[in-house]
Amino acid sequence: MNIHEFQAKALFERYGVPVPKGAAATTPEEFITALTRLPDGPTMVKSQIHAGGRGKGTFTDGFKGGVKFSPTKAEAKDLALKMLGNTLVTAQTGPAGRKVQTIYFTAASDIKKEYYLAILLDRATSRPVIVASTEGGVEIETVAHDAPEKIHKVHVDPAYGLADFQVRELVFKLGFNPVEAKNAAKLIRNLWTMYWETDAAMIEVNPLITTPTDEVLALDAKVSFDDNALYRHPTITALRDLNEEDPKEIEASKHSLSYIALDGNIACLVNGAGLAMSTMDIIKHYGGNPANFLDVGGGASKDQVVAAFKIILGDPNVKGIFVNIFGGIMDCNVIASGIVEAVKEVGLKLPLVVRLEGNNVAAGKATLAASGLALVSGDTMADAAQKIVKLVV
Amino acid sequence: MSILVTPQTKILVQGITGDFGGRHAKLSLDYGTRVVAGVTPGKGGQFFEHAGHKVPIFNSVADAARETGATVSAIFVPPPFAGDAILEGVAAGLELAVAITEGIPVKDMIRVKRAMQGSRTRLVGPNCPGVVTPGTGEGSKGGCRIGIAPGYIHKKGRVGVVSRSGTLTYEAVFQLTSKDIGQSTCVGIGGDPVNGTSHLDVIKLFNDDPETVGIIMIGEIGGSAEVEAARWIKEHCKKPVAGFIAGSTAPAGRRMGHAGAVIGGAEDTAAAKIAVFQECGIEVAVTPSDMADALIRAAAQAGVKLS
Repeated sequence: MNIHEFQAKALFERYGVPVPKGAAATTPEEFITALTRLPDGPTMVKSQIHAGGRGKGTFTDGFKGGVKFSPTKAEAKDLALKMLGNTLVTAQTGPAGRKVQTIYFTAASDIKKEYYLAILLDRATSRPVIVASTEGGVEIETVAHDAPEKIHKVHVDPAYGLADFQVRELVFKLGFNPVEAKNAAKLIRNLWTMYWETDAAMIEVNPLITTPTDEVLALDAKVSFDDNALYRHPTITALRDLNEEDPKEIEASKHSLSYIALDGNIACLVNGAGLAMSTMDIIKHYGGNPANFLDVGGGASKDQVVAAFKIILGDPNVKGIFVNIFGGIMDCNVIASGIVEAVKEVGLKLPLVVRLEGNNVAAGKATLAASGLALVSGDTMADAAQKIVKLVV
Repeated sequence: MSILVTPQTKILVQGITGDFGGRHAKLSLDYGTRVVAGVTPGKGGQFFEHAGHKVPIFNSVADAARETGATVSAIFVPPPFAGDAILEGVAAGLELAVAITEGIPVKDMIRVKRAMQGSRTRLVGPNCPGVVTPGTGEGSKGGCRIGIAPGYIHKKGRVGVVSRSGTLTYEAVFQLTSKDIGQSTCVGIGGDPVNGTSHLDVIKLFNDDPETVGIIMIGEIGGSAEVEAARWIKEHCKKPVAGFIAGSTAPAGRRMGHAGAVIGGAEDTAAAKIAVFQECGIEVAVTPSDMADALIRAAAQAGVKLS
């Protein structure tokens, strides 16, 4: 689960990670009260959406920059009015962009130098890793590629936790002066505590900055949490912003379906995540374009299939549907009956190709054939994929 | 032989009285697997009964292992308690713990994996379909089925299958069996970012197993486990290997269901992994329908008979 920058920074403050003074607002009226909480002078105006690249983004009305510097608080309010309710398109949002519903104002900081700091899981070692670099405020992937020696990593032993010597090594490598080093060490330790205690999946601070008075501050904050651990963090779960999620994805999660919208026109309904991913791949392989990832799980009950069809048909781009079920334990005939009932219930008018394989498949295919529905049967994944691509293109 | 388990292996089921664990314990018994014990704390002394089988239930894994000689556990315990269940199996000195449970917090698995260092227990999973060593009976009955895979799609034979995904494993197995090519052992290692046994661990076991003559390795976007395995195969593997990577069309930065597939590094895209496979002499299946055929091509090139 992702959270907004202003929410992440509130958590930072709770864990003793210094951030610039800030206040969030969701209406023009709130802008005034929010700004009174900040010191006079230069102010940053930051659109709050769950996507990176905000500063370089463009609003759909042509206004440039989702993160802006303002020399005064008065001008900050004007900038915020242009952003609020406007749709911001960044490299990570896709062309549709995201509607800005919250503005975060922060006191602009004097920056001496920018750094990069992140904590996440290193899958290769199954341990958390702290990643830091003297090259902050830029794309860290570029640094990793062009100057890997400037990326420093500290793996944390989960049995002991983050050791003091590891923190010291890291701050020395980053070349802080003695006062900065002390502040940075405290910040890194506190950020680690937050990562570990909250079951964070990733914390990224880019940039982390030093100021002329040797303070160390987190200027930006990207935080996501392990969905599987949310059950033990009700206060973090409450930070979920449904406005940032595709309504179809929310509906899907209510039915224990895993759905992700894509930009193609062939909808997929599949059991199992790996098979669902490779169903998208095989559609692409034969020249089609998948409209979604949809995993109905191992069960694929009738109710789930009905819900899945409704979600799929809620996407106006969909021109055809590919159902790919490997009924391992499940009886294919039960699944076939579910498909037939679901199609009758939603009144499907689009081409539908069904590939059914597994337990009691002959009966399942017979049920589909006897249903009177205008569906096409595919024998293998390849055969079915070619058929749906041909019907849609 | 086979790897990890044989038809003689004695299995205990942690969470046998739950819906999920109970249902699959029955299917394993039907398959002919030697399910000799169940573990549900507080229900020790009761029995799990199915089709003439009467499986004793114990309060702890240690009791179950000591009383029945079970050496392998199938774990169906709900996510908040699954990490603890794995460690209980480790403490009891089991040879193998197969964690089927989906949705275990990553932090729990980080701690479990650290706590397992130096122990004799191997962990497969979590969030995996399990392990099947097919038997010689009808529909491969008489084999060892641990987990949730459909037993009947298997056939006893000489191909090893290792995969992160459940249904994609079944797809590969089904293709092989349809072509009358049997399997030595099929291992679902699970799609979670922190898991017990890697692709490479399983590949090494298959390489050392005299019964296995060819291998299908199925991977996904995310992480670098398949790349690590491919590089080892290039240097050390004596057997033909076919590979498939799911997720060519997955959008960057999105988690695909439980697949644990997040794009993040340089070599974790499908295209990058496929390129490494090719460079390492692995025959790449162009589509998921091509997995068995890819292995047939690799075996023909190496002059190996698969069945």
